[in-house]
Amino acid sequence: MWQGMFSVFVLFGLWQAAGALRVGGIGDIPTPVDVARALVDATQTSRYWSSWAISGERVAIGFLAGTLIGVPVALALGMNRTLRGIVFPVMETLRPVPPLAWVPLSILFWPTLELSIIFVIFLGAFFSVALNVLGGVDAVDPSLLRAARSMGARPRHIFWMIVLPATIPAIVTGMALGMGLTWEIVIAAEMIAGKAGLGYLAWEGFVNGSLVSILVAMVSIGIGGFLSCGLIWVLGQRATPWQRKS
Amino acid sequence: MADARSIGRIAVKGVGKLYQRPKQPPVQVLDNCSFEIEPAKLTVLMGASGCGKSTLAYMIAGYLSPDKGSMTIDDISIVGPGPDRIMVFQETALWPWMTVIENVIFGPRALGSMSDAEARSKANALLTKFGLIEFRDKYPGQLSGGMKRRAELAQALINSPKIMILDEPFRGLDVMTRELMQEYYVGLFEETRLTTLFITAELEEAIFLADRLLIMGGSPSRIVKAIEVDLPHPRTWEVLTSERYLEIKEEIMRLLYQDQEAELLAQ
Repeated sequence: MWQGMFSVFVLFGLWQAAGALRVGGIGDIPTPVDVARALVDATQTSRYWSSWAISGERVAIGFLAGTLIGVPVALALGMNRTLRGIVFPVMETLRPVPPLAWVPLSILFWPTLELSIIFVIFLGAFFSVALNVLGGVDAVDPSLLRAARSMGARPRHIFWMIVLPATIPAIVTGMALGMGLTWEIVIAAEMIAGKAGLGYLAWEGFVNGSLVSILVAMVSIGIGGFLSCGLIWVLGQRATPWQRKS
Repeated sequence: MADARSIGRIAVKGVGKLYQRPKQPPVQVLDNCSFEIEPAKLTVLMGASGCGKSTLAYMIAGYLSPDKGSMTIDDISIVGPGPDRIMVFQETALWPWMTVIENVIFGPRALGSMSDAEARSKANALLTKFGLIEFRDKYPGQLSGGMKRRAELAQALINSPKIMILDEPFRGLDVMTRELMQEYYVGLFEETRLTTLFITAELEEAIFLADRLLIMGGSPSRIVKAIEVDLPHPRTWEVLTSERYLEIKEEIMRLLYQDQEAELLAQ
């Protein structure tokens, strides 16, 4: 714990020192103190909070849609070989196309800009969640399935009482990775096509030549990613009490 | 379990099993394998690892079917797994995400054979008997190896099976725990007298537990010898120093040794 705090402290210290000593390159960007001050100022404005709300809403909707569709689809593919044979190749064909490559098509296809951004976020979350969950189903220990069958469990029980709980850790991992990816996508999408949001805030800082605004947006985005991924891990631990150390 | 004494006679006649794996020559694991398992007795099946002990156990449990010969329980052919037989595997079969009691009542829940309240009260009784009642709401990951094995026994017994099949259940436990579990298991068996097939590769464990000992040997394997182990009941560790125990041990050692010698000569 103290090592981590020490190294983070040193990072900020060096950054601050570079600014004070006017070291070339890194010394030209605002110091942590400047950024902190600007951040505090920004929190006084309603525009800053509405950027949070807009990005947060996009992330939440796209991520939830990706998870709510990705988890059942992956579970179904994991349980049914025929279905998997049909659907999985399609998924593997579409997956290598990065979500951001979908942006132009998405804008043409969806009636509103909002929907097109959410769709791209959905794609990122969906593939991340679905592939992890599918891997989780495949990794269920066969001896646990056999033991359930030997005790007379029918497929319905095996799914609800064995496969699903065994897959929860993979669902949590997929969601956490998906959440990280979701933030990357929302920022990039907002830079490309947005008219508001934290990504747009960073882009606006760039357009106006305001380094401190860029950094305020970057820090905010980092906080957003950290909080939302942290929330997933906390919920994940709640959902898997058996993995807690006694 | 009161009528367990009168049911659960297993008859295996002339059973053969050929394993065919892709890109490998077929292996005749068992051939002309015949024996009977008498009700209310603890029959131990012993043989070197890889001789087909587990294959036999899987066939009796109904997971595999023989290529040749017949297998019956109380004169009815075995056609698949059934709740009359319960198998305890080598590896732990507790589900990590269920507490101990949830693990124990899984069987009745899956079968719908009793009400939830009934299953819980039965499970509580079994867990009390196995000294696990205080650990009822713990997860398997929080138990020691010996406790896990006891929880599995409770899990198996709650369904009141006719026949218990234990496939090297104490393998992988440390020596101390293993000996404790053997003694514990003997006590449990003498109380329930549930027809049992116990599979092991350990000679001392085999003699200590068995009412009747079946020795597997040959290639392909069959039962080469059946020995009635007439050591006194209840069994305690003192029997391991008795003269009769040593006699039986010597007899079996000679058998196993002959088998190995024949194998070496055949090469």
